[in-house]
Amino acid sequence: MTAAIETTGLSKRYGRRRALEDCTLGIPEGRVVGLVGPNGAGKTTLLHLAVGLLEPTAGTISVLGGRPAESPSQLGRVGFVAQDAPTYARLSVRDHLRMASWLNPNWDQRLAETRIDQLDLDPRQRAGTLSGGQRAQLALTLAIAKRPQVLLLDEPVASLDPLARREFLQDLMEVVAVQGITVMLSSHLVADLERVCDYLVVLTASHVQLAGEVSDLLASHHRLSGPRREGNLPSSFEVIEETQTDRQSLLLVRTKEPFPFIDPAWSVMPVTMDDLVLAYMRQARDVAASRPSPLEVLR
Amino acid sequence: MIRFAWLQARNQTAVAFGGLAVVAVVVALTGPHLAHLYDANVATCVSHGDCSTARDAFLRNDKNLGIWLGILVIAIPGVIGLFWGAPLVARELETGTYRLAWTQSITRTRWLGIKLAVVGLASMAVAGLLSLLVTWWAGPIDKVNANRFSPPFFDERGVVVIGYAAFGIALGVTLGLIIRRTVPAMATTLAVFVGVRLGAIFLLRPHLMAPLHRISALDPSTMGLRSTNGGSFSFLPPSPHLPNAWIYSIHIVDTAGRSLTHHVLARACPHLDQVAGRPPQGVPTKAPAGFKNVMHDCVVKVGARFHELVTYQPASHYWAFQWIEMAVFLGAAAVLSGFCFWWVRRRLS
Repeated sequence: MTAAIETTGLSKRYGRRRALEDCTLGIPEGRVVGLVGPNGAGKTTLLHLAVGLLEPTAGTISVLGGRPAESPSQLGRVGFVAQDAPTYARLSVRDHLRMASWLNPNWDQRLAETRIDQLDLDPRQRAGTLSGGQRAQLALTLAIAKRPQVLLLDEPVASLDPLARREFLQDLMEVVAVQGITVMLSSHLVADLERVCDYLVVLTASHVQLAGEVSDLLASHHRLSGPRREGNLPSSFEVIEETQTDRQSLLLVRTKEPFPFIDPAWSVMPVTMDDLVLAYMRQARDVAASRPSPLEVLR
Repeated sequence: MIRFAWLQARNQTAVAFGGLAVVAVVVALTGPHLAHLYDANVATCVSHGDCSTARDAFLRNDKNLGIWLGILVIAIPGVIGLFWGAPLVARELETGTYRLAWTQSITRTRWLGIKLAVVGLASMAVAGLLSLLVTWWAGPIDKVNANRFSPPFFDERGVVVIGYAAFGIALGVTLGLIIRRTVPAMATTLAVFVGVRLGAIFLLRPHLMAPLHRISALDPSTMGLRSTNGGSFSFLPPSPHLPNAWIYSIHIVDTAGRSLTHHVLARACPHLDQVAGRPPQGVPTKAPAGFKNVMHDCVVKVGARFHELVTYQPASHYWAFQWIEMAVFLGAAAVLSGFCFWWVRRRLS
């Protein structure tokens, strides 16, 4: 099976600024991928590289086995909803559908019209007068009705209120279930994606911190709490995060094997996706903080 | 993509053709009257005798309309570059819609090519039709003026206007791509367009074709005299009768090509200043008695060694100039377009 999105050593620099650094990923087909990271972590850069709006400075990226944007057919296989769902403010909803029907050979007019109808959008209304949620829905409709195999969404719910957020994602999941496509959507909030994604990529400070199936990640990470740690953890444990208080230690650990027997002094709890993402983000931040700045190296 | 490019351009094109229709109506209403006046008064003036009065009277007709139409033809290519060219890509980059356009099933090279072609052809059509209307309307006026090469008129007629329009669009698109913001791109387009047009008029146009030279003997009966700062004298040859020609220069030179200096003139005709006197600066005075004969003898004497050299483009070069200048601007537009393709592929990714 070819990977939906595969990258090796993918890097993008703007002058001296590193937007994405040495990113290696292999995302299987049919997943709903959550791309999580703080603002400015490189999420948009990664998505733009995948859809061919940007070209890598180093490394490679292939989507469904092809180089992004190398040909009209490659462009046709990837649907994209950019951040803030850009649309032509002066063109009507119907004009947008016409545009997409002219520009995409696999365009599904019936699907598009049905969706517009269901969403209660007036086809004659100009896109510039739509609400943020309606615009996001229009952009999603355009991306879905071109019948892509991979759908990329950049912060699709960032500008939506909580209700619209839930509706948008629900709607997206229905489409995904019907069409069986691979979806990657980014957000800086885990909560947005928790319910929908089965694959997680955590991006922090232009590096991939964590990537994998959500079920595997949840199974291999554990929260431990116990008396102040005295070196009695199995060596296969990788401590991701550690909080010490006067009387006890709180750990978030990663295990490679099935969970082994450990000292009963520790109590073990499962982790949530939120715990996981925050722990990895904090880890990345602490590593960055402990790294000496170039100025200090010079001294 | 052609249909989508048209969908985006149809409103502005409709406005342009609406304006063109208004001009066509104005021109159709006034043009035949102008042609009639010409036929009735100027074409037959030779038989009546007083041509200059007839010409002056004729040129007063629709003078303001002629000026406004001229300004319109001059301005349209720049305006088109400003309002159609600069925003064409800049607005997509500024508002982010390029992320929508470039992720449809079409390569961005093709997207740019078709957009450029649709808007470029529309602008060339508008400019060309406008020029055609005005060139036809002003036909009788141009015949009377007989100065088709002089800057405002050359630029307001014929096919050069099409070249200017194509260049305006290409320039606007290029600057929009580089600057990525609509309003600054528009301002820069205007400035660069005006600069290039002026540069072409004064630096490029005189060199498009090698000028002709006409050598003639000095004519004692028409030669004028000019005094610089009330001091030294020099000959002032009358403007040669070359209708619709573009006269670069008139010099009085000897066979070796040396100009007639005031020293040579003063030596050849030592009595000249005694007869001519020293008229006060800037005030034309009547030539004193006896001047005519002295002047006549002087011109004949100088004319033994010197002759008049006129450097000029004949009227027959007019259309060659039109086509060459159009080709230069079309070529510049093609180069800019090529740059746009490169930029959109390489620099914006």
